[in-house]
Amino acid sequence: MNERTFNLPPPASTIASEYDALFYFIYGLSVFFFVIICSGTVFFAIKYRAKKGDEEKLTSGFCHSTPLELLWSVIPTLLMFVIFVWGFKLYMRYFVIPANATEIKVTAWQWNWNFTYGEGAQSNVLVVPKGKPVKLLMSSNDVIHSLFIPDFRVKMDVLPNRYSSMWFQCDYEGEYDLYCTEYCGQQHSTMVTRVIVKSESDYQKWIEENSVTPAGDVLYNRYGCNTCHSLDGSANNGPSFKNLFGKKKMLTDGSTVDVDENYLRESILNPQAKIVKGYEPVMPTFQNTISDDKLDSLILFIKSLKEE
Amino acid sequence: MYNDTEKNFLTHPKGIMSWLLTLDHKRIGIMYLAAILAAFAAGGFFALGLRLELLNPGKQFMDQDTYNKFFTLHGAIMVFLFIIPSIPAALGNFCLPLMLGAKDVAFPRLNLASWYVYMLGAMFCLYSLFSGGVDTGWTFYSPYSTQTSTSVISMTFGAFILGFSSIFTGINFIVTVHKMRAPGMTWYQMPLFVWGSYATAMIQVLATPVLGITLLLLIMEKVGGIGIFDPEMGGDPVLFQHFFWFYSHPAVYIMILPGMAIISELIAVHAHKKIFGYRLIAYSSVAIALLGFFVWGHHMFVSGQSEFSSMVFSFITFFIGIPTGIKIFNWMTTLVKGSICWTTPMLYALAFLILFTIGGLTGIFLGALGLDIQLHDTYFVVAHFHYVMMGGTVIAFLGGIHHWWPKIFGKMYNENLGRFAFCFIFVGFNMTFFNQFMLGSQGMPRRYHDYSNFLKTDLFERYHGFSSYGAMILGVGFVIILCYLVASLFNGKPAGNNPWGGLTFEWSTTSPPPTENFKDDPILKHGPYDYDKVLPKDI
Repeated sequence: MNERTFNLPPPASTIASEYDALFYFIYGLSVFFFVIICSGTVFFAIKYRAKKGDEEKLTSGFCHSTPLELLWSVIPTLLMFVIFVWGFKLYMRYFVIPANATEIKVTAWQWNWNFTYGEGAQSNVLVVPKGKPVKLLMSSNDVIHSLFIPDFRVKMDVLPNRYSSMWFQCDYEGEYDLYCTEYCGQQHSTMVTRVIVKSESDYQKWIEENSVTPAGDVLYNRYGCNTCHSLDGSANNGPSFKNLFGKKKMLTDGSTVDVDENYLRESILNPQAKIVKGYEPVMPTFQNTISDDKLDSLILFIKSLKEE
Repeated sequence: MYNDTEKNFLTHPKGIMSWLLTLDHKRIGIMYLAAILAAFAAGGFFALGLRLELLNPGKQFMDQDTYNKFFTLHGAIMVFLFIIPSIPAALGNFCLPLMLGAKDVAFPRLNLASWYVYMLGAMFCLYSLFSGGVDTGWTFYSPYSTQTSTSVISMTFGAFILGFSSIFTGINFIVTVHKMRAPGMTWYQMPLFVWGSYATAMIQVLATPVLGITLLLLIMEKVGGIGIFDPEMGGDPVLFQHFFWFYSHPAVYIMILPGMAIISELIAVHAHKKIFGYRLIAYSSVAIALLGFFVWGHHMFVSGQSEFSSMVFSFITFFIGIPTGIKIFNWMTTLVKGSICWTTPMLYALAFLILFTIGGLTGIFLGALGLDIQLHDTYFVVAHFHYVMMGGTVIAFLGGIHHWWPKIFGKMYNENLGRFAFCFIFVGFNMTFFNQFMLGSQGMPRRYHDYSNFLKTDLFERYHGFSSYGAMILGVGFVIILCYLVASLFNGKPAGNNPWGGLTFEWSTTSPPPTENFKDDPILKHGPYDYDKVLPKDI
């Protein structure tokens, strides 16, 4: 990553270098026009300084010059068009969010940030994967806040009555400041946190570690158990979960099995091992997709469907 | 000593009641001058407090509640009590009728009423200052302003009342310019100060009611629980921003146009040179006043307003930059082939060209849609508007004070001290605000009490420290100015009618002028800047 320049922090996001190009373009023009005006003013002020006896003389009537006036009207106007169009294009880059962006929900309130991730993980620092577009979907619980990450060149107000969103992609691991930039009351200046950019694998690991296990009924839907296993006893591709736990079931090979925690565990991780009689071996394995705590949660859910 | 053989407006009639009930525009101007200078001192006090608190990271001497009130009061006082009335109500009141060759403004009673309304509004602001202060920022953004328990109601009601004082002055100026010009004075022979004041008056009359309505709605929401802006009551907070900036952006031009108007006078008079592009300067004042109504959304590029609105507002914003740029080039070119006296007022005029150019150029960064995203609500914005409002309007105001002081009081101040103090102002101002551009673009948000827990605390501390020392130098400059101006009232040399060599009407009468302004009704014989045809000593 490039270093911080005199005017701008290190360009840490993909949009930052585009931002900096326009910034330094206008910067160059500004220096150019400033030098013209400043040196012109000082030069004329010295060159035409009043001399003794001037009060007896009339000065020149020079007060109009079409070429000069056209020059300093037309050139700035053309430059304004260039800057407007360039600025607009950059603005649209900010507002067109890539479709594959990882979505993180931001909730702001006096005077804290909360970030909620897809897997239910939550944090008060913003953790994002390196090299992937990230979309922030933001809302406030009370007054207006604004989320600002200077090194990424992004900022957007966070409103109490609607969602706002923004996106960025950072290609460098590290820590960056994140500020609230809309004055929000007493402790506005403490509403500061960090963005932590992690490699893709570290990010996944962090999400896994920080994920809150959802209740089993959520997992029942999320993993698609509902497609084949009913909750009301009706027949489907798989045995209904209603009143399943604690029963004895006849298997396809003629033996019987007690439906206990270990049988449920085996059936989820290795579904083909023991098929209940009357059903086809169509269930996929969840060997690498479901973590232990989620398995616990799901089994707990199935247990809860047992009738006393 | 004033010239005893003639009655001037300062000494006749005598007595405190003759001032409090005066209908003389010159006296009302002086009463305004005293009031706004008191407001400026109060606003400056809060500013110094802020700078001292920010000298180092961490808490210095005030807690966050106090800090939040300080920046709110600094902004509210400087905007509503100082800068909006400063040039029009003080210098404009004094100069505009004189420059037109009139005896007074069109409605002298309305003029006096506007001063009393101003004082009433100021009382409400003072009340809210002493009843716990306000902590919303001068922008009063809802829903925070609806929910905070500080004295928002009295402050906004004060600003609401102050609006009427501004409207009264505006109406007076418009009618005076239309109806009371001296015989022979056509629109294009009016001094440019009058053109600028006229354009300002149009904005005052057209835009101020919107602020009044907005603040009234805010008060209704707070007192009556009527949901307009607060989403908890079914309102929309972004609507408040639209309403607020619909006034407050044009208000920026209420602040700067009179400054530009003064600069046109100062440059032409002290360079003894016909002004370059008179008509373009006059037209551009009016163009800026009109276009100024259609750019408010550029304060809201990241507020959640639609991208299409942002695009339109950005486009119009760039168009307002062009007449401003043309003015700068015109003023600079006016210097060519002049006979330039390096008087104190002229130093301020030259400083204006340099400082206002920085303010204008940095506005381009903020007007460009994409660039505003990084810079919005950071110190870059703080630096930008201080370069425009202080490097522009306040510098022009100081120039105007130094320019018309001999006319107002008949006394000359010490010019060497004037130039000396100018150096403090120029250096102090740039030290305070120039580094805030970098501070902001590096990411420092505005309205922060503390910056000690950042990854960039060290970097920010360097910039903040520099700013704070600059503010002290600036403060010293103002104290020097106050001292020698007050001293001049007691021991200043008599100024004479026309100390700078001006050609407009106010320089043809005595200093101070008589109550009726002119002994004989003035008739226009030459243009305001005909330095190629008339010698100043012959007017």
